[in-house]
Amino acid sequence: MHIPDGFIDIPTSLAFAGLSASGIALSLKGAKSSLDEKTAPLAGLTATFIFAVQMLNFPVAAGTSGHLLGGALAAVLVGPWAASLALTVVLLMQALLFADGGLSALGLNIFNMSFLGVWVGYAIFIIIKKLLPKNKSSISVAAFLAGLISVPCAAAGFVLQYAIGGTATFSITQVLTAMLGTHILIGIGEGFITALAVGAVMATRSDLVYGYKGTTQILETGVRE
Amino acid sequence: MKKQNIFLIVGFAISIFLAGVISNYASSSPDGLEKVAGDIGFLKDAKEHANADKLLADYGVKGIENERLSTGAAGVIGVIATAGVSTGLFLVLRRKNGASK
Repeated sequence: MHIPDGFIDIPTSLAFAGLSASGIALSLKGAKSSLDEKTAPLAGLTATFIFAVQMLNFPVAAGTSGHLLGGALAAVLVGPWAASLALTVVLLMQALLFADGGLSALGLNIFNMSFLGVWVGYAIFIIIKKLLPKNKSSISVAAFLAGLISVPCAAAGFVLQYAIGGTATFSITQVLTAMLGTHILIGIGEGFITALAVGAVMATRSDLVYGYKGTTQILETGVRE
Repeated sequence: MKKQNIFLIVGFAISIFLAGVISNYASSSPDGLEKVAGDIGFLKDAKEHANADKLLADYGVKGIENERLSTGAAGVIGVIATAGVSTGLFLVLRRKNGASK
């Protein structure tokens, strides 16, 4: 999923770098309200864990692998604002230290994984959670679907970027079909890892989970008012 | 407070283990994007990374001949660096939040 230099032209890359920079500025503001003494270290740990798991490519189909993106996972654990920042730190580390993801493509990658992946994942999680009974296993089901759907959406982000500024001129439909097909398979892996990791934190420290705590807080406020 | 620290230490240890040891068992097949780019024909447009010759390029430590050690060490360095930068950032954001209240 990490776009190298050369796939997307420089003007498009710059435009997405601008979008991503604005997104980071908004996230810095947004994260302040969701981070307290207990959740700030969890957000750091979430970024750390995602970096580690992104190294673990799993096979999905003949000659293809995928790895966790972690956007949905981070959004459920620490909320979408801090999640975007966590993913951005991971992508910066990968591009600057490990030559993974082009430097000119950094804005493109941040847009797809730190914003599309996180916010789509978060939206799906919230919707599914509303549809299911309010218990802990619903959180895992919602986390699974959030992970599953976030990956093809992040992949569609690349197709959008390719449609605007791809340096090669292959059919967009062909690129879209191939990207979605492959990334739905990767999304299944993403869903399992997301549900597993969220489930592990729910089992030990459910009080820290933003996507779980969120419900009770809203309910409490509702009662008070 | 103690419970919180245990949780963080266990999470960090798991991350070190995954990046330092399990990373050696990861699939080396091209990832989704790379595979699609290869199949359709735009993989050749990829340019060499500007940092391709740097110390940690491609998740290996330059100079360590043993591939397992090299990957594992790169993973451990990445985990520590990510933990440091992200936790630092989030603690600063959190503190500012506290001050404004």
